[in-house]
Amino acid sequence: METRHFFEWMNWTTPTAIFFLVIVAILAVMTVYELVSPCVERKGFLPISTTRGDRLFVGLLTSAYIHLAWLAVTEASLYIALAISVIWLAILLRWG
Amino acid sequence: MNKVADNRGWLLVLPVFLLVALSALIPLMTVVNYSVQDIFGPGSAYFVGTDWFTEVLHSERLQDSLIRQFLFSGAVLAIEIPLGIGIALMMPTGGKRASLVLILLAIPLLIPWNVVGTIWQIFARGDIGLFGSALTGLGIDYNYTRNTGDAWFTVLLMDVWHWTPLVALLCYSGLRAIPEAFYQAAEIDRASKWAIFRYIQLPKLQSVLVIAVLLRFMDSFMIYTEPFVLTGGGPGSSTTFLSQTLTTMAIGQFDIGRAAAFSLVYFLIVLAVSWVFFTAITHMDKQK
Repeated sequence: METRHFFEWMNWTTPTAIFFLVIVAILAVMTVYELVSPCVERKGFLPISTTRGDRLFVGLLTSAYIHLAWLAVTEASLYIALAISVIWLAILLRWG
Repeated sequence: MNKVADNRGWLLVLPVFLLVALSALIPLMTVVNYSVQDIFGPGSAYFVGTDWFTEVLHSERLQDSLIRQFLFSGAVLAIEIPLGIGIALMMPTGGKRASLVLILLAIPLLIPWNVVGTIWQIFARGDIGLFGSALTGLGIDYNYTRNTGDAWFTVLLMDVWHWTPLVALLCYSGLRAIPEAFYQAAEIDRASKWAIFRYIQLPKLQSVLVIAVLLRFMDSFMIYTEPFVLTGGGPGSSTTFLSQTLTTMAIGQFDIGRAAAFSLVYFLIVLAVSWVFFTAITHMDKQK
């Protein structure tokens, strides 16, 4: 009962729950990946040398801005912004 | 040399991790949850998707206060950083006089924000305040409750008075850390005062200055109490900065959903700026 109260206070919704689960999943996958093959800091197209974690952080932060910019300039579906973000994140992780 | 890998040390970090989770992550998750709902009270919330974000991004009131905020933080940095460096350069380098100047400089830093606001509110009043009545006596039409320019001037002056000492103290400590040998070499080369500043002092101050800029940017970007006490955000909304707009929305109007969306945008701006500074600091360390 107590835990239910706790979750009621946080006002969870399905989309936000999925959002955080995806973030947790990404972090978990990255942790396992790091254990299996530790990453080496390198310099890609970003102006600074970065580790895998740095690139993930930059990717997630810029994705947030992509979504906000999308909401600010167009009324088209947000899934397009999501797709752009996923592609951008992939490019950044591979070549950033 | 054989290093023993013992990961049990991580267990000691666990309490901190739990503390951060409770104090930062859970509230942040809650804000994210609130930002997609229209909340009327406990147990009655309606899912609205990204409507609040669209509204927040298109709201002129918020755009205006964001622009004001950047102008204010920019002005604060443009005044306080050069002034702080200047004061640090003029400070005595040692002895009793240095201690006295350090104590005098530190006084404004010890005064609580709301007291600073109250001090300046009285100090700048045209009828009884020393500063305000002096300006009025000189024939200058000065009234910070009626004139936008005067209000900005007073808020900026207050922040400069309150926080330039921090920049000066940081620069002072940076200057004292420069080895005497550098100055001796400069003397041998007959370097001018400007050359010493440009090629010895300023480069050596770089890391301290990044911290000073970061601290002053973050603090001024989140400023609330001082302008709230001094001008209440007025005249009109000319000195209403971001956090005051946010507080009015969340607590004054109980517009939780919209305020949550707005605070996430606010959070993302702060996060991006902090990341840039953090990267700058860590990369400067690596280059050394």
